[in-house]
Amino acid sequence: MPHILTLRGIDYAILLIYTLFVIGIGFALKRYMKSSSDYLTSGRSIPTWVTGLAFISANLGALELVGMAASGAKYGIATAHFYWVGAIPAMVFLAVFMMPFYYGSKARSVPEYLKLRFDERVRCFNSLSFAVMTVFASGISMNALAKLLNQLLGWDYHLSLWICSAVVLVYVLKGGLTSAIYTEVLQFFMIVLGFAPVVYLGLKDVGGWSALKTSLTKVAGNPSVLSLSDKHFAPDAWTSAWKPLLAGSGSNPMGVDWFAMLFGLGFVLSFGYWCTNFLVVQRAMAAKNMGAARRTPIIAAIPKMLFPILVILPGMIAVGLAFVGKDGYRLPPQLIDSKVYPAAIVALKDASTNHLDTATATKSIAAIVNKHLDETKIAAIVTAAPALSEGEIKVQLQDAVKDNDYDGVILSLVKKYCPPGLLGLALTALLASFMSGMAGNVTAFNTVWTYDLYQAYIAKNKSDAHYAWMGRAITVVGILLSIAAAYFASMWTNAMDIIQLVFGFVNAPLFATFILGMFWARTTGTGAFVGLLLGTAASAVFHSLTIAAGNVPGVKGGYVAQLITLPSDMAQNFWLAAFAFTVCLVLTVVISLSTKRTKTDQELTGLVYSLTPKIKDNTEAWYLRPAVTGSLLLAACVVINYLFW
Amino acid sequence: MGLDIRLPIGLMFTLVGLLLILAGFVYTDAETLKRSLDINVNLWWGLVLVVFGGLMLFFAQRAAKAAKLGTPPKS
Repeated sequence: MPHILTLRGIDYAILLIYTLFVIGIGFALKRYMKSSSDYLTSGRSIPTWVTGLAFISANLGALELVGMAASGAKYGIATAHFYWVGAIPAMVFLAVFMMPFYYGSKARSVPEYLKLRFDERVRCFNSLSFAVMTVFASGISMNALAKLLNQLLGWDYHLSLWICSAVVLVYVLKGGLTSAIYTEVLQFFMIVLGFAPVVYLGLKDVGGWSALKTSLTKVAGNPSVLSLSDKHFAPDAWTSAWKPLLAGSGSNPMGVDWFAMLFGLGFVLSFGYWCTNFLVVQRAMAAKNMGAARRTPIIAAIPKMLFPILVILPGMIAVGLAFVGKDGYRLPPQLIDSKVYPAAIVALKDASTNHLDTATATKSIAAIVNKHLDETKIAAIVTAAPALSEGEIKVQLQDAVKDNDYDGVILSLVKKYCPPGLLGLALTALLASFMSGMAGNVTAFNTVWTYDLYQAYIAKNKSDAHYAWMGRAITVVGILLSIAAAYFASMWTNAMDIIQLVFGFVNAPLFATFILGMFWARTTGTGAFVGLLLGTAASAVFHSLTIAAGNVPGVKGGYVAQLITLPSDMAQNFWLAAFAFTVCLVLTVVISLSTKRTKTDQELTGLVYSLTPKIKDNTEAWYLRPAVTGSLLLAACVVINYLFW
Repeated sequence: MGLDIRLPIGLMFTLVGLLLILAGFVYTDAETLKRSLDINVNLWWGLVLVVFGGLMLFFAQRAAKAAKLGTPPKS
């Protein structure tokens, strides 16, 4: 199989060292885990640089690493919008405006903030939806990991899944949230140090940034050469972040217009994720004090701004390399399902014996393997078929696939450049990020379950020791549920799509609820609850009535009717977010105005902007003030956007 | 929280760095080197990792010393 990597002793050694260290960290932390607060919220005692790096690392899972390289190949530098237009402004906003409420309210979780601000209904909805989503996110991570180990190294899927989950279980069970946070910091360094050499070598190999730009310019004119797209674009489609966007949705590979990008992604989705997702917010809430908590997202934003070089650039480099065919490199092809090989080989031999013309042969084989095939390569195989062994035919047939496996891009670069040793480091970094994804999700799940579901509704006034015990017990359950979710995701190819879809449905309106809750004292519990509920429903409705061009109605939408056709999947996502956000916002305002407030001004102190004494930053040095550093970051963002205009 | 994370990070990367340097001496055949553009990347990067690990250990040591002396270290 073309994807298989051979690991040497030294690569296994590095993997083993990493595993021993994370388990060791878990055990070393065990004795500090005295109360439920130590275990589930780290007792608010973590140094700022640690929370900052953990904040960014909790988000930089393997799916992001793999996915961003994939998007870099598919869409070019425009992918950086996820960072430069989406994440950075959201993180600054969180630091300056929202952290004071999360941290100051002494809420132990995001749902708990909602309870303090509104009422139990809103908290219940949020904790249930978050708990479910986070378990599924964990499962998706582990499924992707086990599949990768299977494809890449030939390891058994089930063994990989259970063993990796077991490692995570051990260190999270022993050290709780602190374990997860510390290993996230370790993982951050591993990713940076593991992949930086690959990016360096790739950039050098392609001839530097200007040579890469030249290649990408040529690709943009005719992307079908690398099976990237059937359309033609302006020369700067892969290298300019804004011009193709402003030229309209037909002019960029992503298929979005500037409004959908700015409002849908930049505002709703990004702010929605960074400001309300407990997985990341939990890391900031573990900080030592208010100042540290506010500086956490700011600290995290600095490496975040530079990550496009580490994660998006490889995708673009791969396209550049494939275009010039450097050392025979090509974008990795999608894998042919091993089950269809026998039928395909029969068809090949048949074409050979009956001397079928290339077009007919290609069509029949393509139908069997369910991929687009390169006619010239098929012709070559057909001619040589009688002399080739089955194994050789399989390899050549796989190579004849034209459809690109974008998720395989980063690994293909690792395989291309890394000698044994560095290979082990890069692979361990990848593995580490998958496992860290599971750990992060499980620790967030633990906290929400123990405080927002168990303590809130099931067992109210038990001792802290009881909740500490529950925190541990639910870790085991959380891991088991994640494994179940992984199997679910592996069985149905649509499962991942469905899960991502539901995430989107829930996230977009949630941000409206928070914005109104934090900045408008008049928002009532009923308004928030109904607005959130109907906003989420609005997401589902929008999805059922719209479809992206070229998609079949079903999981991708449009199954009730196709009222609106959008240029691409991404455009559909962004517009859905914008729509759901607006519906929730409007409904919450209207319903709040027509219902009575249930909380007095006094109860809302520290929870709403207008009722909270402003934090006085002027005693701190300028570089410690979030407003100052935040503004500097935004300015840097503007400069970067200008550089890649 | 009790454990200075710089300690395990420093230890791990120093160890891995040394392993990479070792690999840099073992895997020197022409074909492997050609793949990494004739740069012995194991050797160089191994060195970088050892320096990084050393730095982490240095900071951890310094903080531990300061804590012993009673002055809280900056973080």
